[in-house]
Amino acid sequence: MAGEKRAPRLHVDGAILGYKRGLRNQHNSVSLIKIKGCDSKEDVDFYLGKKVAFITKAADGAFRVNWGKVCRHHGGNGVVRCRFRRDLPPQSIGGRVRVMLYPSRV
Amino acid sequence: MTAAATCSFSHFVVCLPSCSNESSQKPPRYYPAEDAKSSKSTYKVRQNPPKIRKSITPGTVLIILAGRFRGKRVVCLKPLESGLLLVSGPYKINGVPLRRVNPAYVIATSTKVDISKVDAASITDEYFSRSKDDTKEGEEAFFEGAAPKPAVVSDARKEDQKKVDAALLQAVAAVPMLEGYLAAHFTLSSSDKPHKMKF
Repeated sequence: MAGEKRAPRLHVDGAILGYKRGLRNQHNSVSLIKIKGCDSKEDVDFYLGKKVAFITKAADGAFRVNWGKVCRHHGGNGVVRCRFRRDLPPQSIGGRVRVMLYPSRV
Repeated sequence: MTAAATCSFSHFVVCLPSCSNESSQKPPRYYPAEDAKSSKSTYKVRQNPPKIRKSITPGTVLIILAGRFRGKRVVCLKPLESGLLLVSGPYKINGVPLRRVNPAYVIATSTKVDISKVDAASITDEYFSRSKDDTKEGEEAFFEGAAPKPAVVSDARKEDQKKVDAALLQAVAAVPMLEGYLAAHFTLSSSDKPHKMKF
């Protein structure tokens, strides 16, 4: 049964690139995320609104999740803008997030 | 008391002169201090049936995306009044019982099962509501500090499951390979791109 098998993977990995920014200003409330395999603006359509999980391990070993969602594309090559319940910390840059497949529109 | 007399000590009365002009009827001896609210046109609040995206129809095979049964493929039986979907595994094939799922946490596939012979009319939202005794029991158990009881599936539920699944299993068996498809998990593998997939 399900317990013996490996749990199915129902998310896509995303890489945290940094914050939305200009030359001199940075907007910490919006994080830029590159979704694996998503390489064009058209591809982004599928991911709009999807929940994004930034998972960390707390000192006591428990997993903490900071939930966010995909807001819109950022440029034309598949990078997306995401907002999280709490802004992502700077040390998260270069890290991973999970882009979930829900809420589903298919 | 006449209209004029009333007017003399209540400067804000506007309606009274018109009242007296209106007809030969006696002016009212009493009028409400505050304007009576005219009742607005009453229209019934009618609950519209929930909107469920077109891809989900009764008989659609769905992939559950979150929760205990994530990755399982199930058959949608019907949308319920609450906007949730009634699904069944069927239980014998993949262990998913009659259950409600939120359509947001479900991928609709293009596979459809003919469920015209499946009768799930008796299963509604109320069917899944908790009986009051249950909650009371739970509360008492909590205060007593007893260990939580293992969930027991009532015989009535098992019967209903069997009844609904009987026709469903037949419909599934009629289509080649469908049983194996429903038994299989959905999972993404390393190079899969869900945005390119046709489910």
